[in-house]
Amino acid sequence: MSEKLPISLTINGEPTDSYAAPRETLADFLRRDLQLTGTHLGCEMGACGACLVLLDNLPVHACLMFAVQADGANIETIEGLSDRGVIADIQKAFHERNALQCGFCTPGILLTAHHLLRTTRNPSREEIRDALSGNYCRCTGYMAIVDAIEEVSASRREPVAGRVIERAEP
Amino acid sequence: MNNALHAFDRPNSYIGRSVARPNAKRLLAGRGRYITDLVLPRMLHAAFVRSPHAHARIVSIDVTGAKAMPGVRLVATGDDLAKICEPWVGTLAHFKGMKSPEQWPLARDKAIWAGQAVVAIVADSRAQAEDAIEEIGIEFEELRPIIDIDEAQTPESPIIASTMGGNVCFTTKLDTGGIDEIFASATHVVEGEFLFGRHTAVTMEPRAIIADYNPSEGQLTVHHATQTPYQFQDLYSRHYGVPEANVRVIAPDIGGSFGMKLHVYHEDMAVVGLSILLGRPVKFVADRLESFLSDIHARDHRVRAKLAMDQEGAILAMDVDDVTAIGPFSSFPRTSVVEGNQVVRLIGAPYKFQNYRAELSVVFQNKVQTSQYRAVGHPVACAVTERLVDMAASRVGLDPFEIRAKNLIPDNAYPCASPTGYKFEALSHEACLAQLKTLMNYDALRAEQAELLKKGIHRGIGIATFVEITNPSPAFYGVGGARISAQDGAIIKVTPSGEVQCLISVTEVGQGTEAIIGQIVAATLGVKYETVKVVTGDTEMTPHGGATWGCRGAGIGGETALQAAKRLKENVLRVAAALLQQETSQRLDMRDGIVVDADSGQERLALAEIARIAYFRSDTLPPGVDAQLTVAHHYAPQGYPFAFTNGIQACHIELDAETGFVKILKHWAIEDCGRVINPLLVDEQIRGGVVQGLGAAFFEECVYDDTGQLMNGSLADYLVPMAFEMPDIEVGHVDTPTRDTELGAKGAGEAGTAAASAAALNAVNDALRFFNTSVSQIPMTPERLLRALGYT
Amino acid sequence: MQEALAAFAAADDATYIAGGQSLVPALAMRLQAPSLLIDISRLEELKGVSFGDGWLRIGALTRHFETLSEPLVRQHAPLLSAAAPYVAHPAIRNKGTLGGSVALADPAAEFPAMILAHGAEMEIVGGAGVRRVPADEFFIDLYQTALEPGELLVALHVPAVRATQLWVFDELARRRGDYAMVGAGLLIDFDDQEVSDARIAFLSVGATPVRAEAAEASLVGSVLDAETIRRAQAALESDLDPPEEKSLTPSMRVHLARVLLGRLLQRMAARA
Repeated sequence: MSEKLPISLTINGEPTDSYAAPRETLADFLRRDLQLTGTHLGCEMGACGACLVLLDNLPVHACLMFAVQADGANIETIEGLSDRGVIADIQKAFHERNALQCGFCTPGILLTAHHLLRTTRNPSREEIRDALSGNYCRCTGYMAIVDAIEEVSASRREPVAGRVIERAEP
Repeated sequence: MNNALHAFDRPNSYIGRSVARPNAKRLLAGRGRYITDLVLPRMLHAAFVRSPHAHARIVSIDVTGAKAMPGVRLVATGDDLAKICEPWVGTLAHFKGMKSPEQWPLARDKAIWAGQAVVAIVADSRAQAEDAIEEIGIEFEELRPIIDIDEAQTPESPIIASTMGGNVCFTTKLDTGGIDEIFASATHVVEGEFLFGRHTAVTMEPRAIIADYNPSEGQLTVHHATQTPYQFQDLYSRHYGVPEANVRVIAPDIGGSFGMKLHVYHEDMAVVGLSILLGRPVKFVADRLESFLSDIHARDHRVRAKLAMDQEGAILAMDVDDVTAIGPFSSFPRTSVVEGNQVVRLIGAPYKFQNYRAELSVVFQNKVQTSQYRAVGHPVACAVTERLVDMAASRVGLDPFEIRAKNLIPDNAYPCASPTGYKFEALSHEACLAQLKTLMNYDALRAEQAELLKKGIHRGIGIATFVEITNPSPAFYGVGGARISAQDGAIIKVTPSGEVQCLISVTEVGQGTEAIIGQIVAATLGVKYETVKVVTGDTEMTPHGGATWGCRGAGIGGETALQAAKRLKENVLRVAAALLQQETSQRLDMRDGIVVDADSGQERLALAEIARIAYFRSDTLPPGVDAQLTVAHHYAPQGYPFAFTNGIQACHIELDAETGFVKILKHWAIEDCGRVINPLLVDEQIRGGVVQGLGAAFFEECVYDDTGQLMNGSLADYLVPMAFEMPDIEVGHVDTPTRDTELGAKGAGEAGTAAASAAALNAVNDALRFFNTSVSQIPMTPERLLRALGYT
Repeated sequence: MQEALAAFAAADDATYIAGGQSLVPALAMRLQAPSLLIDISRLEELKGVSFGDGWLRIGALTRHFETLSEPLVRQHAPLLSAAAPYVAHPAIRNKGTLGGSVALADPAAEFPAMILAHGAEMEIVGGAGVRRVPADEFFIDLYQTALEPGELLVALHVPAVRATQLWVFDELARRRGDYAMVGAGLLIDFDDQEVSDARIAFLSVGATPVRAEAAEASLVGSVLDAETIRRAQAALESDLDPPEEKSLTPSMRVHLARVLLGRLLQRMAARA
C-alpha cells in the first residue's frame, strides 16, 4: 500500500493539488514535495517544536501527522506567515534583541509566539515561558525570546483574532 | 597611535556596538539554508545498520535481502569501505604515551559500542534505505562490554582492542612537589568525590552531510554541517586519496554545534566513500535517535579531590585524581583526552596557591565516543574547585565571598602563572567578584534567605569563579601533529560600486561571527556597516584557517579581519592621495565610505569613485600608481599560548526538601572577555551557555545500563533545559583587553557553560546545609536530592 | 463509524489513528508497523460535548485544548480541565484527543487517571454493538484496557460533579509538559464538614492509573483536619506498589505520592 494518494489542500493561501504516499508525514511533504524547507525536523516525535505549522489556524506538529490527513485543510508555514507580513513585528523584535542564533528552532518559536500573541492578552513572562514550553532552543538562554515576545505584546494593544484562551484553575 | 585604534574609540564606532546580525533575517523568514534542506540532482540517501550490542564480534553479514529491496542502490560493509579509505587514529604526539585503536568508517571484525554503524545502505529515499535495514542479517557473538571505570583499569578486564594491551588511553601526572607534607600539616583539609553525568550536545539540527563525488573530474564536494570545513577538506583528501585542491567543503547555515560538529564521525566518513563508489551525491542526516547513539558525548568524570587550608582560610594546596570514561577509542583528530587534560590543569586556576598535584586517567569504555563539547573540561574543573572552596569556607566560618576575596589572584598580580603552567596575562577576579556582589544584591538575598527559612522555605545561593581558555595557539593541536590550523586568513575586496566583501576563514554557527567581522572591517576600513558583506564556510572561497572552536572567532578571526582591513585602507588612501594629487596619504582618513581630510573632516573623494576609476578608468590613474583594492592577509596568534578570560557566576534556587525538586529563581554572570565587539551577541551567547550549564546541573545525563545500552537516548528521556524551568539571567561585564592583538578581544562563547553548573551545585548545597547534608554529583535529580535528604 | 469497524475487521494488521500524537512517534521509531491506518479523526459520531440527565458526554475526538477550555467540561468534569494544561505542550494539545489518551492508557498520562477519579463510563462500539464500561473496570494492565481489538471508544460519560463536591489536581514533573513523576486527582464529596465519599486517582505509580482505596476509605466520615490528612497519607502505603525503576525507587515514589496527597488535601481543606 505505498501508492500515492491524491490530496487537495491550501498551503500559504495557494490551493494545491498533489499526491502523497500514506506513510509520508506532513513535514516531509512540505519540505520535500513543496520545497518549503522553513519547517524543520528536530526530533520527529513532537518533543522539540521545530516543525510547527498552522493547521486551520492552530499550531500543530507537522511531524506528527500524515500529509494525507491534511486533505482539505488550510496550512500555513513560516514562509507564508512571513510573506504575509503578519509576524513582521515579532521578527523585528527577535532580530533587534538577538532572540535567535543558529535559527533552526526559530520558525517553530515564531509560530508559537504568533499564536500566543493572537490569543492571549498581555501574557506574563511566566505565561510566555509556559507557551514556549514545547519549543526547544539550544543556542539562546530563552531570555531574549521572552523579552522579544513581551515587547511585541506591549506594543500590540488588542489580540488580532478571536478566542482568548484561559487556564483552568486547579 | 594609529588610525585603527582611533576608529575604535570614536563614539559611533562599530566596535562595542550592539548591531543586529544581517544574516539572521533569512533565518527569521524561514529561508535558512541548512544541509538538511539541500537537494542535489540525482542525490541518494544513506541509512546505517547499527550494532545493538555494546561489544560483539561480527561473525557474518548477510546483505542479499537488503540489496533486493526497492530503491536500494548500494549496500556496503566495513571491508568494502576499507578498500578505499585510510583508517585514522585519534592520538596526538604531545600527549605522551597515548594509545587508541585504528578506526575505519564501518565496523570490521568487532562492534565496540551499541549504535556503531556496521552496514551502510544507500537508496533513492531515506525511508527505502531504512526499510532495507530490516532485511540485513548480522550474526554477532556477544562479548563482555566494558562499562565500569574501575573495572576497566583492572588487568582481568576484557580489552576493547587487542592491539591496545589495556583499556587505559592516556595518563598524566602533575606535581609541584611536597604535597603530602602540606596536607599532613595543614590545619584544615576538605575533600570530596565528585561525579559528573555524561552529556551530549543535542543540537537542534542533527548532523548532516552530503558528499558529492564527480568522477568525470575527480572532484569531491562535501556539503557538511561542520564548524570547520578546512579540517575536513584536509581529512577527506588524505583518507580517500583525492588531491586537496580537488576537495571542496562547504558549510552553509548550521543548526547549532557547540563543538560537536568538529569531530570525525564514522558515518560522515562512510558517506564520502559511498559517494565515491556510486559517483553520485549521497546524503545522510542523523535522526534524533541516531544522534544520541553517535554524536560525541562528554564530561563523564569521577574526580576525587582535596584542598588544604591554614587556620585563617588561606588555601595552601590541592590534590586531585580524575578518572574519565571515554568511548572505545579516542576521537579524531582532536582526541578524547583534551577534556581531562584541561580538567586537571584548570582546577584551582583562579586562586593564588601554587602547590598542586593531579593525576589523570583516561579510560576506554564500550559507549559512544567522547570529545570536545562546549567549555571542554572547564565545567568539571570549576565545579570541583568551587565546591571545595565553599566547603572550605564552611569549615573555617567564612562567607563564600569572603573566602574568595582572600584567595583569588589579586588584580594587580599579573602577569603570573598557575601551578599547572598556564600563563595569565591579566585577569580581573577581584573586580568581577565585587561587581557580582553588587549586581545580585547579595546581602539582601542572604537576609531574605534567613527570613524565609523561618517559614520553612529553603533558598540557596551559590557562586563560582572561573577562568576560560580562548584564542588558542598551535600549542593546542598543531604541536601534536594535527593538521588543525590556529591561524586565519581574510580576503577583503572593494567592489566596483564601492562596497566591501570580506571572505574569511572563521565560520558562522549562529554565534554571530559574520556580524562581528563585518563590524570590525567597517570600523577599521571606515565604511558603513551595511555595505560590508562577510562570506564564510567555503574552502574554495576563503583562505584556509582555524574556523570555529575554542572561542577563537572574535579574538583571532577578528584580529585577522582587522589587520587585513588596515592594509586595504592603506591601499585605498594611497590611491586617493595620488588621485587628489597629495604628497602623502597621511593627511587623509576614510569615514562612512568617503575619503576625508583627517584633521578637518572635509569630504574629498568617495570610495565608490575610487573603485570606479580603479576598475573601469585605470587609464586615468597617475603613472606609477596601481590600485590594489583586494587584500589578502593571514594572522597567527603570537604571545600568550591562550588568551585567558575570567568571570564569576551566581545561582539562586529554592529547594523543595520534601520532593527534591529545585526551582531556579535567577542566575547572574559577570564576564571579562576583553574588548566586547557586540554586547547584544555576547550577552545571549553567555545566557545560552549558562542554560547549557544549568541543564548539566539539573537535567542532562546519558544513562547506561550494565550491558552498555543507552537507556535514555531520545528527547523524551534525555532532559534538555526548556524555557519554563530556566530563569532570567543577568549579565555584567568587566573589560580587560589582551595586548597580544590590536583588537584586544578575547573569546566568550563557552564562558556561560564553564561556571553555571558549579554555581548551581553550590547553591543547592547552600540550601542543604540546613539539613547537614550535601550532594557532589550532577545532575542533581530529585532522586539524588531525596537520597541526600535521607530518603531511600 | 461502521466503515471504520469493517475496515479494521477486513485487514490483517490495522491500527486506528485519531490525533496521532502518541501513535505517530511510535511509527516513526518503528516500534509499530501496521499495514493499514484507519483515520477516524473525522467521524462525527465521536465528536461533541453535551450535558443532560446529570451526565456530561464528551466525544472521544474532543481535542485536549477543547477539554481545557470548553465551559461544559470546566463546569461538570473539572478535573479534566484542570489536568489539561499539564498534558504535553500547546501544539500537542491542539491535536491530541481525549479518547486517544484514554484508549492508550499510558499510566503516566493525566487523562486516564482523571477519568478514573471522576468515575466516568466509557462508551464503546464494536462488532457486538454498543457497551458501557465504568472506569474502575476499564484500565486492566500496562497499555491494556477493556477495549477489544477493533473496538472504538466513542465517548466518555462523566457523572457531573455535585455542588457538595470539591476537587483538586496536581503533579510533580521535572519539566513543564513532561510525564509526571507522580500526579493525583481528588474528587471528594462532603456532608457538611465531613467527607461522605472520596475518589483519589494517581498517575505514574503503576501499570495503570491507580485508585488509592485505602486512603479514600480513611477519609470517609472524617473532617479534613491535619490528623485525617496524616492518616490518609499513611494509608497510601497499602494502596501503592510502584515498580522498580532506575530513576526513582518504589519507596521514593510512594513518598512523593504521600507528599502530593498531603498538599492536595490541605489545599482542599482550605476551601472546605
